[in-house]
Amino acid sequence: MTPSRAVDAFVRRHRYRLLEALPWLAAVASYFVFPDYLALGAQILATTIFALSADLVLGYAGIVTLGHAAFFGIGAYTAGILAAHGWGEPISGLFAGATAAALLGFLSGLVVLRATGLALLMQTLVVATMVAEAANKASFITGGDDGLQGMEVWPIFDLFRFDLFGHTSYVYCLTMLFLCWLAARRIVHSTFGRSLTGIRENVRRMHAIGAPVARRRLVIYTISAALAGVSGALIAQTTQFVSLSFLSLERSGTVLIMLIIGGVGRLYGAFIGVPLYMVAQNRFSEIDPVYWYFWLGLLMVLVVVFARGGVLGLFDRFRQ
Amino acid sequence: MGDTLSAAVSIGFHGLAFAMVLYLISVGLSVTMGLMGFVNLAHGVFAMVGAYVLTSLMSRFGVPFLPALLAAAVAVAAASLPIERLLYRRLYGGDELDQVLLTMGLVFMSVAGATYFWGPLQQPLQPPAWLSGAIDVGFRTFPAYRSFLILCGAALVTVLWLGIERTRFGARVRASVDNLRMAQSVGIDTSRLFMTTFALGSGLAGLGGGLGADLLAINPSYALQNLAYFLIVVAVGGLGSIRGPFVAALLLGIADSGFKYLLPEFGAFFIYALTMAILLWRPRGLFGRA
Amino acid sequence: MFRRLIVLLAVAGASSPLALAAQTVKIGLINSYTGFVAQPADQGQKGFDLYVKLHEKDLPPGVKIELLRRDDTSNPEVGKRLAQELITRDRVQLLTGIVLSPVAAAIAPMTAEAKVPLLLDLAAAGAAIPRLSPYVARISFTLWQEAYPIGKWAVEQGWKTGYTAVSDFIPGHDSEAAFTKAFTDGGGKIVGSVRFPPTNPDFAPFVQRIKDAKPDVVFIFVPAGTQATGMMKAIKDLGLREAGVNVVAPQDLLPDEELPRMGDTPLGLITSGTYSADAKRPANEAFLAAWKREYGDKSIPDFFSVDAWDGMAAIYGLVKETKGSFTADQAMAFLSHWKDPNSPRGPIMIDPETRDIVQNVYIRRVDKQDGKLVNVEIATIPMVKDPWKELNPPK
Repeated sequence: MTPSRAVDAFVRRHRYRLLEALPWLAAVASYFVFPDYLALGAQILATTIFALSADLVLGYAGIVTLGHAAFFGIGAYTAGILAAHGWGEPISGLFAGATAAALLGFLSGLVVLRATGLALLMQTLVVATMVAEAANKASFITGGDDGLQGMEVWPIFDLFRFDLFGHTSYVYCLTMLFLCWLAARRIVHSTFGRSLTGIRENVRRMHAIGAPVARRRLVIYTISAALAGVSGALIAQTTQFVSLSFLSLERSGTVLIMLIIGGVGRLYGAFIGVPLYMVAQNRFSEIDPVYWYFWLGLLMVLVVVFARGGVLGLFDRFRQ
Repeated sequence: MGDTLSAAVSIGFHGLAFAMVLYLISVGLSVTMGLMGFVNLAHGVFAMVGAYVLTSLMSRFGVPFLPALLAAAVAVAAASLPIERLLYRRLYGGDELDQVLLTMGLVFMSVAGATYFWGPLQQPLQPPAWLSGAIDVGFRTFPAYRSFLILCGAALVTVLWLGIERTRFGARVRASVDNLRMAQSVGIDTSRLFMTTFALGSGLAGLGGGLGADLLAINPSYALQNLAYFLIVVAVGGLGSIRGPFVAALLLGIADSGFKYLLPEFGAFFIYALTMAILLWRPRGLFGRA
Repeated sequence: MFRRLIVLLAVAGASSPLALAAQTVKIGLINSYTGFVAQPADQGQKGFDLYVKLHEKDLPPGVKIELLRRDDTSNPEVGKRLAQELITRDRVQLLTGIVLSPVAAAIAPMTAEAKVPLLLDLAAAGAAIPRLSPYVARISFTLWQEAYPIGKWAVEQGWKTGYTAVSDFIPGHDSEAAFTKAFTDGGGKIVGSVRFPPTNPDFAPFVQRIKDAKPDVVFIFVPAGTQATGMMKAIKDLGLREAGVNVVAPQDLLPDEELPRMGDTPLGLITSGTYSADAKRPANEAFLAAWKREYGDKSIPDFFSVDAWDGMAAIYGLVKETKGSFTADQAMAFLSHWKDPNSPRGPIMIDPETRDIVQNVYIRRVDKQDGKLVNVEIATIPMVKDPWKELNPPK
C-alpha cells in the first residue's frame, strides 16, 4: 500500500460512515412505529449511554469493572434529590448528576486504578458496595430501601411535560444519547483514544515510550463516570424514582452483560446489546413471569458459545 | 467484665463458624481461578446445589445427615464435570469478559432451575438429633451445630493443606498454578488436572453450601446473593492458594460478626473498607501467587 | 355497492347492544415472582389463583376477567414501569397485587394522573400510602395495625423495659415506631434498639446485643420467610428466652407456613397478627379445606394467602356489581365501602375515609396441637383501624 493510500484508508476509517446513521434512523422511526412503547424506549436509550460509558473503560482502556453502577447511581440520586427538594429543572439536574459522578470517578480512580486484574475488579466492586451502603445509611436523604419519594421534574424548557406515555422522555433521552455518542466517538478516534488502546494492549510498551499511562486511565475513567452519571440522571428523571438497586452489583453486572452481548470495544456494541437485552427481558418476563431468568441465562450462554465477540463479532465473521 | 468476655467469645465463635462455611465454599474458587485463570462467577451455584441436595435427601428420602452430606458433595462434583468439559473448557486463557457472561448466564439459569425444582421458599436444615442443642463445657455452652462446623472446617483445611503440600497431586497443582507452560512442558497432564481440581473445588463448595445452610440461607437466589462474599474471600486471600482463603475467611467472618455486634449501624461498611485496605496493601491478596 | 352494504351491516351489528354483552375486564396483577420477597409473593399468588378457580363461575354471563400477571422482580422501579405499561399499553381497568410498599408508593401518583384504581393486596408497610392518591385502597394490613396492639399488650403484662430489633427497611421502621409508641405511651421504657440489614444472613451478633441489654421484652420484626427462620435459630442458639427475655413479634416472625420448619423453639411465643391458619371460624375451615384440596395436605396458607384471597373477592364483588364496566371513581366508591363479614380472617371492611383496611387483630400464642406447632388466637382486638392514621390525621 502506497503511503498516500494508507493515509487515505486511515482517514476514511474515522470519517462518519453512512451505516452509522442506522441506529438513529431506527430510533426516530421507533417513535412513530411503537407509540405504546416509548417509556421502555426511553429507558433503553438512557441505558445505552450507560453501556457506552462502560465500553469506554472496558473496551477501550481495558479496565474491567464490576462497580460502574456507583457512578450511574450517584448521577441518579443527585438529580433525584434535587428534584425531590424543590429544584426540578431537568437539564441542570442532569449536569449536576454528571458532575457528581465525575467527581466520584476521579476520586475513586485515584485509589482504585493503581491495581490491575482481579484486584482492580475487586476494588471497583468494593467502592460500589461502599457507595451503596452509604446511600442506604443516609436514608433520611435517599429514602433508603424504599426509594426516593416525591420527585417532581419540571417540564423541559418549561414546555415539554413528562407525561405518562413517555413522549417527552423519549425525545429527551434520544437527544442526550446523540450528544454522548458524539462525545464518545470523538474521544475514541482521537489521539487520546488511540493511546488508550495502546495502554490496553501493552502497558509496558506505553510506559517505555513515555506515555502518561496512569493519567490517561484516570481521565477516561472520569469521563466514563460522567457519562454513566448522565445515564443515571436520565433514568431518574424520566421514571421520577430512584432506589438502591441503581447502585447494586446486579446493575453493574447487567450493563457488562448487555455490552458483551453487543460487542465490546466497538462503540456500537452498546447500541445493539442494550435493546436486545432489554427487549428480551421485557418480552420474557411477560410470557413467563416466573422463569424468565432461565431464558435470559440461556441466551447469554448461547451468545458465548456461538457468538463470541457479541453480535458485532458475528457480523464480522459473516463479512469474511 | 465477665459479660463482655462472654459476649466476645460468643461473637468470636459465631464468626468462626461463619468463616468455616465461607472457606469451604471459596477455597475451590480460589484454586480454580488461580489454576485455570477462569473467572467463575457461578461457583456459588455449586454450593447452592449441594445445599439443596442435602436438604432434599434428608427431608424427602430420610437419608441421615452424614451420608447425605457426602452424597451431596459427590453429586455436585460429578455434575460439575460435564459443565467443565462442555462449557468452561472453551474459554480457558480466553477473554475474561466471555467468562463473566457465560458464568452469569449459568447463575441466572440456576435461579430459575432452583425455583422450578424446589420452589421459591427457603429450605431449612434440620440438623440431626446428635447435633442439636448445645454442648456444655462447664463454664458456658456452645451451640452443637456451630461447633461441628468449626471442627469440620479445621479438619478439612488440614487435609487440604496436607494434600497440597505432601502429595504428588498437590505438587502438580502447585506447579501448574505457578507456571502453567512450564508444568505442561515437564509432562503434567494439565487438562486432566484442571478437571480433577475443578471437581474437587465444586464438591467442596457443595459440602460447604450444605453445611452452611443455617448461615447462608438456601434459596434460588443463593448464587447471586452471596457472590460478593465469595469474591472478597478469594481476592483478599489470593488466587491459587489454600491458606489464603482460610485467613481471609477468618478475617471476614470474625470482623463481620464483630462489627455487627459492636457497631450495627455501620456493619457492612467496615468489611468493605477493610477489604479495600488489604487489596491496596497487597493487590495479589494475602497469599496470592498467580 | 354490495360490499358497502355488508360493511354497513357489519358496523351496525358490531355496535348493537347484543355485541357489547361480551365484556372482558383487564386487571393488572403485579407480583414479585423473583427477588427477595418471592416467598410471600408465592403464597399470595396461590391465594389469588384459588379464589379465581373457585369463583370464576360466579361472574355474570358474558363477563370475563383477564388477569395480566407481571413480575416486578422485587424492584420498585421495575414495578413502576410495569404499572405504566399496564396503564398505557394494555389499558387495564384496575391494578392490584404488589408486595413491596416502595412499589406501591412509586405507583400511587400514577394512579391519580391516569385515573386507574389500585387495590393493594399484599403490601403492609407505608401507612400513608393510601393518602398519596384518591385511587388507592388497601385490603391487606398495616404494620402499625399489628405492632401497636402488641406494644399495649406488652405493657399490660407488667413488662417495664423493652428493646426493639427490626430489619432496616420500611416495614421494620413502621413496626418499630408502632411498638415504641404503644409501649412508651403505656409507661414502658425502651432501653435499646437495633436494626439489621434486610438480607442479613446471621443474626447471632444482634441477638447477643439484645441479651446483653437484658430487657423485659424484645420486639422483633423480620420479613416473613427466610429471615424469620434464621432469627428463630439465633434465638435458640443464644438462649435468649432462657436468659429471661420475653419475645414478642408481629405475625411476620412466625408465618403459619414456616412454623413446621422451626422445630420446637417458637413454643410459647406471643405474636400479634391478622390471620392464623389455626382459627376455628367456619369461613376459615372452608378456606382451609379448599386450600388443601388444591395445594395438597402439606401446604399451609398464611396471611399473605388470605389477603390475596380477600383482595380477589373484593375485585370480583366490584365486577359482579358493575357487570364489568366501571369508571375509576365508581370502582373507588365501591371498594372504599367494601365489607366482608366472612373472610377467613374474620370480619373485614375498608374504611371509606382512609381507604385502608379495618379488621380484627389477634394476640396469638404458639401451642403444640397433634404434634404440630400452631398459632392459637388467645385474644381478639376487634375492628382495629390503622393506628398511625388515627394518631396522624391529615393536615
